[in-house]
Amino acid sequence: MTTICVLYPDLLGTYGDGGNGLAMLERARRRGLDATLVRAGLNDEVPDADLYLLGGGEDGPQSLAADLLRRSSFASRVRDGAYVVAVCAGLQILGLTFCVEGNEEFEGLGLVDVVTSRGERRSVGELATRVGSQLLVGFENHGGRTTLHGAVEPFGTIVKGRGNDAKNDGYRTKNIWATYAHGPVLAMNPWFCDEVLATVTGQELEPLASVADLLYQERCRVLSS
Amino acid sequence: MGKSANLRDGVASAAVRAVNRISRMTGRGSGTVVGGRVGMKISPNLVTSLSRGRTVVLVSGTNGKTTTTSMIVAGWGVPVTTNQTGANMPAGHVAALVTSTSSQAALEVDEAWLPETLAKTRPRVVVLLNLSRDQLDRANEVRQMAERWRKALEVHNDPDVVVVANASDPLVVYAAEVAANVLWCDVPTTWLADAVSCPKCTLGISHVGSQWHCSCGFAKPTKITTVLGDELVIDDVTVALDLSIPGDFNRSNAAMALTALHSVGVELNEAVVRINAVQSVVGRFSVRRWNGHVLRLLLAKNPSGFEAMLATLANDSSDVWVAINARIADGRDPSWLYDVPFEKLRGHRVYCFGDRRLDLATRLDYAQVEFVIVEDDAQVPVSKETISLLANYTAFSDWLEKSEP
Repeated sequence: MTTICVLYPDLLGTYGDGGNGLAMLERARRRGLDATLVRAGLNDEVPDADLYLLGGGEDGPQSLAADLLRRSSFASRVRDGAYVVAVCAGLQILGLTFCVEGNEEFEGLGLVDVVTSRGERRSVGELATRVGSQLLVGFENHGGRTTLHGAVEPFGTIVKGRGNDAKNDGYRTKNIWATYAHGPVLAMNPWFCDEVLATVTGQELEPLASVADLLYQERCRVLSS
Repeated sequence: MGKSANLRDGVASAAVRAVNRISRMTGRGSGTVVGGRVGMKISPNLVTSLSRGRTVVLVSGTNGKTTTTSMIVAGWGVPVTTNQTGANMPAGHVAALVTSTSSQAALEVDEAWLPETLAKTRPRVVVLLNLSRDQLDRANEVRQMAERWRKALEVHNDPDVVVVANASDPLVVYAAEVAANVLWCDVPTTWLADAVSCPKCTLGISHVGSQWHCSCGFAKPTKITTVLGDELVIDDVTVALDLSIPGDFNRSNAAMALTALHSVGVELNEAVVRINAVQSVVGRFSVRRWNGHVLRLLLAKNPSGFEAMLATLANDSSDVWVAINARIADGRDPSWLYDVPFEKLRGHRVYCFGDRRLDLATRLDYAQVEFVIVEDDAQVPVSKETISLLANYTAFSDWLEKSEP
């Protein structure tokens, strides 16, 4: 069985981030895969899971989430190979440091060699990035500027929007996908959801037709025009 | 006014009532505008004669007209004639005014019709809420609107007309500063994108906190009547504002409504109690007709509002319509759909309308709710039952506009 865990939806769930767990579970269920979804609140221990989903949040909740995660088993679980999809604030928390309001610097989890400083202005708007042969579409709303160090690879290159630094968006490591496309990015990008699902379950997945395909095509049309 | 003019107005008023009655009975029209048009054909100055002898309050601005007008009606504490259906042009005003003989009238006025309405109704109070662009590509027009308002107030520069104006909005200030008698309201106004360039000299306006000024000397008025912060203070009196309806912008609307009522002698502490008690605002929850369908219109524009609205739906298998846009007034990001507990609609069939119907349908699909994406309105089967239609901000307006009472 595959366990998907949404971490701290009460702290990191500003923009409908719960949609990612929902989409993942539903796409697994329709394929007859044995998957379960758990939500771990800020008073819960981080449970054992194959995939953790981290959402976006406001400054205060973000630094609180970082503190809670630092004291938990989360980092060691990820080092042991658990998969993570991290969005927006979640993306920043996994790095070395990040900044919130007033340029106060916070220590991240240090799982990835990236640093997030305060951008000159907020990045708010539709985001489209090129990931290999695919387009990833979504919406960003954040104040961060993320710099990748060492051999850390970006997840996508910017087609529209700003992402990390107006050139690249997020990062991709062996077991982490990170993007500034907040909220229901897995729901809107069926290929991304299926890529994660296939990787986590170790199975090759047949295409799954749904209305999400129509939405994805529409957003691709709108955002790449 | 001579006898024949009196007679003509009488005939015209009777015609308005008759036509609107027929319009409503036959279901052909909203029963407000068509009769008003007929009346004005018979007597072009009908609105003037209908306004005579009444205390008229006009409310105009880009946002908040309907809410503010209903707050004035509620707060007054006496019968008030008003254009409740949101028909805010002259025909709608005429139709409203013929329906009642009450000595008070509160009329919502479309921004473009304010100059003419000002001239014809000779109001006691004019409330100017705000001016902002409706669409980005029409950015120039809002400045023209301010210019037209200013000219109208210059022409009708009557000290007996009280102008209640938003001091935080430079375009409103530009329009209102020429009036003889202005009560300035310092109310939070978040939309300042149209106040970047000075309406007087086109240079950049500096905004510092809630203050603003231009190097040409044009600046936020200093003689303020009404201040809305954590507390509402009108003419040095603290007013216990505690609205039942949500939204900070509604606090600003209420502050201006109360200032208007104060200026016509309504006791503030009594008015605010009545305004605090307002539970619904015109249009919301109303039953409307459209293409043979009977619809109950529910405004729901955020997750908590949606959750509350979903709870009002019957626990049956009835069809539900939902309309979602992501236009500027809605917020361009429909991610919040995933924070709405649409799972509660399982067992219903949901018809998806609006610009972002595919976002909605995808959300419903993941929630395992049966859905139909409506590409052509005419294809929706007509039900004998009243259908609940939940719509977010601009989608709600669309439906209110295209449906009829």
